[in-house]
Formats: sequence, C-alpha cells, structure tokens
Amino acid sequence: MHRFANPTRFLKIANAVLPFATGGFVILLGLGLYYSLFNSPSDYQQGDTVRIMYIHVPAAYLAVMIYGVIAGSSLSLLIWKHPLAELIARASAPVGLIFTFLCLATGSLWGKPMWGTWWVWDARLTSMLILLFLYAGYIALSNAFDEPGRGNKPAAILALVGVVNLPIIKFSVDWWNTLHQPASIIRMDGPTIASEMLTPLFLMLGAFTCFYLMLLVIRLRSEIAASKLRIAMMAGSGAAGAGSEFERAGG
Amino acid sequence: MGRGFLAMLGRDLRLAYRQGSDVVLALAFFIIAASLFPLGVGPDPQVLAGLAAGVIWVLALLSVMLSLDRLFQSDYDDGALELMALSPVPMTVLVLAKSLAHWLTTGVPLLVLAPVIGVLLNMPADGYLPMIVGLAIGTPTLSLIGAIGAALVLGARRANLLTALLVLPLYIPVLIFGVTAVDAALAGLPVRPHLLLMAAILAAALPLAPWAAAAAIRTSFQ
Repeated sequence: MHRFANPTRFLKIANAVLPFATGGFVILLGLGLYYSLFNSPSDYQQGDTVRIMYIHVPAAYLAVMIYGVIAGSSLSLLIWKHPLAELIARASAPVGLIFTFLCLATGSLWGKPMWGTWWVWDARLTSMLILLFLYAGYIALSNAFDEPGRGNKPAAILALVGVVNLPIIKFSVDWWNTLHQPASIIRMDGPTIASEMLTPLFLMLGAFTCFYLMLLVIRLRSEIAASKLRIAMMAGSGAAGAGSEFERAGG
Repeated sequence: MGRGFLAMLGRDLRLAYRQGSDVVLALAFFIIAASLFPLGVGPDPQVLAGLAAGVIWVLALLSVMLSLDRLFQSDYDDGALELMALSPVPMTVLVLAKSLAHWLTTGVPLLVLAPVIGVLLNMPADGYLPMIVGLAIGTPTLSLIGAIGAALVLGARRANLLTALLVLPLYIPVLIFGVTAVDAALAGLPVRPHLLLMAAILAAALPLAPWAAAAAIRTSFQ
C-alpha cells in the first residue's frame, strides 16, 4: 500500500486510470441518459417525474460513498500515516459536498410535485442535511490553520466522529416513520424496483462513479502539483537572493 | 489514575470558581436570548407554549457551545496542556475530568435555570419533568461532544465560529430526542424511549468522546 505513496509512481497510475474513467463516464452517461429518458417506463403513479430518480439516487449514493472514502482515508492517515490518504480526503471533500447538495436539491424538486412540499423534516432528509454540515465542517477545519498540512489530522478525526451518521442515513427510512421511500435496492430480500428501471439506474450509478474517479484524479494531480510548488517556493525563497543575482548577471 | 482524575476535576472547578464571570456569562446569554423570543414572536401564550421546549433546548445547546472555549484554549495557550499530556495520567482521563467540570459549571446551572425560562415561555405543566430529566441526561453529552470540537480547533483561526460549525451538527440528535421527549409528554405518549435513547447516546459518548478529544489534542502539539 505504501508503494503508491511515492507521488511520481502514483501519478503514473493515476494518469493511466484517467482516460478509462473519462471514457467510462462519457459512455455510461450517454447510455444511462438514453435509457432513463427514452428507454424506460414511466411510473404508474408518478408519471414521467420518476425520471428525476436517475439523478437523485446516484447523487445520494455518491454523497454517502465519498464520505465513506474520506472516513477510510482518515483511518489510513491516523493509523498508518499514509501520505496519499490526506490528499485523497482533501480532494474528495468538496466533490462530496456538492453531490450532497445536489441530492437535496433534486430531492426537493422531486418532492414538490410528488409530496406537495419542497422540504419535510423527516429522518432521511435531516440526516442528509447533517451530512452536508459535516462536509462543510470538514472542509472548514482542514483549511482553518495557517500552516498548510496542519489541518489534515484534526479533519480526519472529525470525519471519523461523523461516520456514525452513515448507518443513520441508510437505516433512517426503516427506523423512523418517514415520508421518504423505504429501501428498495439494498435490502435483505433483494431489490424491489422493476428491472426496466434498475438498468438505467445502475448505468447512471456507474456514470456518476466514473465521474467521481475522473474528478479525483484531476484534483489529486493538482494537489500534488500544489504541494510541489509550495516546497519549491520555500526552497526557492532561501536561495532567491543568490539565484536571481546570477540570472540578472547572466542576462 | 483516580487521583489524577480528581486532581484535574478539582483544578478546573477551582479555576471556574475564581473566574466566576466566565461561567455566569453563558447563563446570562441563556436568559437574555430566551427573553428575545417572546419579543420576537409576540407575547401570545399559545404560540409561546408551542415553542417553549424547542427554544429552551436550542438555547441550552448554544450556551454550552459558547462556553466550550473554556475547556482547552487557555491551557493550550500557556502550555499547561502539553504538561498534562506528559503526565502519567492518560489524556482521556484528564479530558473526562475536564468535561465533568465543564458540565458541573455550565450544564447544571442550565438545569436550574431551565424551569424558570419555561415559566417565562408559558410551557405547559406536563413538560417540565421530561425537560429537566432530558437536560440532565443531555447536557453531559453536550459537554463531551463539545470537548471533541474544542480540542479539534486548538490553534485554528476563528476558533469560536469554527467550533460552532463542527459541534452543532453533532448536537442535533441530542436536540431532537430532548425536544421529542417533551412533546411526547405533552401528547400523553410514553417518554421513556426518548430518554433511553438520550441515555444511550451519553453511554456511547462517555468512552468515545474523551478518546477522540485526546487524539485531537495530541495532533495540536505538532
């Protein structure tokens, strides 16, 4: 695992992964949109509004999954001090924040025609809102210190404290009386969604996951570049006097 | 270890007693902010009665949160926290002692003041007992979770505001169960499940929160 801690070696792998992630994203998104918009049935009750599900559910899945990635990276950082772990967590956090917000926004747009309300304070929506606040707190804490890497460990501890929210989100629709639909995919008895709807849903889930991988590689490259820049600036500012004089003297 | 716990507890209690104004400020905030609500929503007793439990609980949360910087900040600033980390007493035990002292000086006065605010906000009579018991179980949890937040922001910019952002989402479950306990009592439904859930959260926070806070304190020493 620590073999990949070398930034140059990791960048080689990341650069190799990127075209597959991008290609996968484009293909799966194209197929997924085709299936969800044209090749899948409309709901007997909800009509065509059900098609928001093909964006809402993948966004929700990504929001929770990314928090799981951040929690796993935080564990890796605190236990094994893996240097990539803090980069992965920092790179993923804003993406997770945006997807949580998108989940709440698309859910709200879906709820108005279906439930008659933009928002309801039931267990699932409230716990997703808490997830949004946890992401915001994570990002704020990791950027709250003047020293560049100083915020990573406190943020890691915060991420692990907040991981208790994930099972609450998953089981909230079973434990409480909620307006939100109960679990219909990951259940003990198997999925209850029709396969004609399950296919576009899985295609969109795959597309969103490839999108996250693509974004993760791009952001990791920029995080590694930023840290190299910082090191170069710190080393350069020490030799700046001598170096620039030589350059000025040389031409 | 027991002597270390008691020594830390005694130290923090003595400090809080000597700097009495720090403690009283949180309570003054509680009372003043509670008085804002009748002025804001109007003096209609029915409206206030509906709001009372929620207002008292939210203000208890905010008062505890505002007083969290008393926990570690001054010890961190003058280096006492590093000495505590070097001592043979485990950091988790010291954090537990500090949280207990914080609860005794902030949570317990809130418990005493809450019924008074309840009277001001025209809370129905059936709500008082579940509210006080709920606060008695909930405020230690707030001190413990708050200790995590206070430890995480040591050395950060804008530590006070940041503590609010970190700690309030973690407080939300305690708030929800505390208020629904009072609402259940007012509706004639059983109160025990809500109080038991709050006790479960306290039971989980007692070992885990000092552990997380101690880890956070150790990261602040780099």
